[in-house]
Amino acid sequence: MTTAVLFDNVSRHFGVVRAVDRVNLDIAEGEFFAMLGPSGSGKTTCLRLMAGFEQPTGGHIEIFGETAEGVPPYRRSVNTVFQDYALFPHLSTLDNVAYGLMVKGAGREERRKAAEDALAMVKLPGYGTRRPGQLSGGQRQRVALARALVNKPKVLLLDEPLGALDLKLREQMQEELKSLQKSLGITFVFVTHDQGEALSMADRIAVFNEGRIQQLGRPEEVYNQPKTRFVADFVGSSNVLSTKLCQRLGVKAAFASLRPEAIALAAPSNGALSLAGTIAGQSFLGATNRVVVDVDGARIAVASPAAHAVPAIGSPVTISFAARDLHPMEDA
Amino acid sequence: MTVIAESIILPERRGTAGRLSDFFWRHPHVLLAVLLGPPLLWLGIVYLGSLFALLLQSFFSIDDFSGLINYEFTLATYRQLLSETNLDIIIRTVTMAAVVTLVSALIAFPIAYYAARYARGKWKVLFYLGVMLPLWSSYLVKIYAWKLVLAKEGIVTWFFEKLNLLWLLDAWLALPVVGGNSLSVSYTGTFVVFVYVWMPFMILPIQAALERVPSNLIEASSDLGGTPAQTFRYVLFPLALPGIVAGSIFTFSLTLGDYIIPQIIGSSRLFIGQAVYAQQGTAGNIPLAAAFTVVPIVIMGLYLWMAKRMGAFDAL
Repeated sequence: MTTAVLFDNVSRHFGVVRAVDRVNLDIAEGEFFAMLGPSGSGKTTCLRLMAGFEQPTGGHIEIFGETAEGVPPYRRSVNTVFQDYALFPHLSTLDNVAYGLMVKGAGREERRKAAEDALAMVKLPGYGTRRPGQLSGGQRQRVALARALVNKPKVLLLDEPLGALDLKLREQMQEELKSLQKSLGITFVFVTHDQGEALSMADRIAVFNEGRIQQLGRPEEVYNQPKTRFVADFVGSSNVLSTKLCQRLGVKAAFASLRPEAIALAAPSNGALSLAGTIAGQSFLGATNRVVVDVDGARIAVASPAAHAVPAIGSPVTISFAARDLHPMEDA
Repeated sequence: MTVIAESIILPERRGTAGRLSDFFWRHPHVLLAVLLGPPLLWLGIVYLGSLFALLLQSFFSIDDFSGLINYEFTLATYRQLLSETNLDIIIRTVTMAAVVTLVSALIAFPIAYYAARYARGKWKVLFYLGVMLPLWSSYLVKIYAWKLVLAKEGIVTWFFEKLNLLWLLDAWLALPVVGGNSLSVSYTGTFVVFVYVWMPFMILPIQAALERVPSNLIEASSDLGGTPAQTFRYVLFPLALPGIVAGSIFTFSLTLGDYIIPQIIGSSRLFIGQAVYAQQGTAGNIPLAAAFTVVPIVIMGLYLWMAKRMGAFDAL
C-alpha cells in the first residue's frame, strides 16, 4: 500500500508554544483519516503542514514519497476544504469551482464543463451563476467541496468542514462525504473535534492532545481500548476507574476504562464483575437513560436501555460488567 | 435593594426627556427624521443648490465690452472653454491627476498591504501616526517646505550632488515637458508634491479594503494552485478595488481642483483650479469660471461610471 502522507518526527513550534510536537503519522492512499482532538491540540496545524500553509520547525514530511518541506501550497497536489469555506465573494459559484483550473491555464469551455460536473457531483447542478453570498451554509459547504475536488487532488484536506452545519445536515453530509470518498478513492484527511463524526466516518483516527498523538488506530480500537485517560475521556465519555477500584476488581493497572454501555444495572451473571453503589442521578437521552451510580464516592456512568426501569435516586444498586470490558490504561 | 423595582412593568417616566425617549422608541422614523433632517437640508439646499446656481452661470456669457454678465441662455462660454488655450489647461490637469492617482496607488498599495496584513499592536499605531501626521500640519507650510526641498539650492539637489548623480538630475530636468530650470519650477516638482500631499487619502481606503479581505481567501487561492501573482491578480486586487477606487476618487478630484500647489511649485502654466481662480477673480468672468468647474464634475462622473462598469463596486 502506498503512503499518501508521511510525518516523521514533525514539530511546529510558535516561539515557546509547541503546536505540533514530534508527530509521527503515515496515512495510506485511499484512506479516510481523521484527526480528532480539542481546540489547540495541534490537529489543524498538522493539516496546515500538509497543505503547505505552515512549514515544520523540525522533522520531515513526505506526500506520496516526495519531500514537502519548502514546497509552497500552489505546487502541491493537495486541496483543502476550509472551515468557513473561504469561497471568493466576488466570483460566481461556477468561477469559484473553476478557479483551480483557471489558474492552471485550462480553457474556458473545459473549465465550465468540469466545474458544472463537480457541482452536479455535490448535488448543486444549475447553481453556477449564484454568488456565495446567495447560498445557504450547507450549499456553501458543497461548493467548497466541489472547488477542491475539481482539481482531482491526491489528498483532500478537510478542516472541520461540517462544524457550522446543523445536526440533520451534518449527518447527511457525513454520509455523502463518506460515499464520495469511497467512489473517488481519494485520500481524505479530516480534522474534527466531534468524536462521533470521527468514529462514524474514518478508517483510522489519530487522537491529538497538546501537540501530540495520544492514540492512533481504527475507530473501534480507539473507542473500546483507549490507551490513555485523555482518550478515554475525550472519545465518548468512558468511566475511568481509580487505582483503588482497580485493586478491588483485581485489575493490575493504575487506571482502567469502562464504557457506560458495557455496564448493566443488574446482579452479575456467571463470571461477571460487580460493584455495589447507590443511584446518584439519571437523565433521559432518548434511546438510553444515563444513570450515574455512586460507588464509594466514585461516580460511574451507566448507559441503560430506555426500556428498563431506573430505580429511584438514593436506592442501592448493583452494577455488573464483563471483565474483558475493563481496559487497563497506560498513564495517569 | 430599593433600586430594583417590585412591579413587572415600570411606571411611565416623568419629565420631557422621559416622555421624549418613550415617544422616539415608539416612532423610530421620527427620530431618524430629526437626526437626518438638518444635514440633508444643508446638503440639498445649501450645497447642491449653490452648485446648481454655479452651473447655471456657465450657460450665461460675459459681454466683452462692458464686462457685465449677459443673463441669456447660450453655449458660447462652452465654446470658449473648448478653445485651444483652455483645452490645454484641461488636458494638462487631467493628465497630471491621472498620473498622480496611478503613482499614488502604486506607492500606497504595498504600504496599505503591510499595515492591513502584518502590522500589529504598536506597529499599527505607528502606521496610523505616520500616515496621518502630515495631515495635521498646515497645507501651505508643507508646500512651501517642499519648495525649499526641491529648489536648486535645496536638499534634493545637494543629495544628488553627494551621490555624484547630479548629471542624472540635470538630464531629467533637460527633458521637455517634465523638466525645467529646477525641480521646484517643473511639472516633476508639482507631481511629487501632489503625490505627497494626497498620499494618506489613497493609503487609508486601500488599507480598510484589504483589512476586510479574510486571510483564508489568500490561502484558498494558493491552495487551489494560484501563484502569488495570480492570487494578487484574481483575488486580492479585485477585493481591494473598491478601496483603490475610493482612494483614487480623492487623489483624482483633489488634484483636478487644486490651485495652490501648481501655483507655488511648477511652471507658470495654468491648471483648472488656477483658471477658475483667475477667471472669477481678476478676470471677473464668472460664466467661464463656472464652465471650468463643470469639467472636474463631468470627469468624475465618467470615472465613477467606468469604475462601476468594471465591477469596482461588486464586492461592496
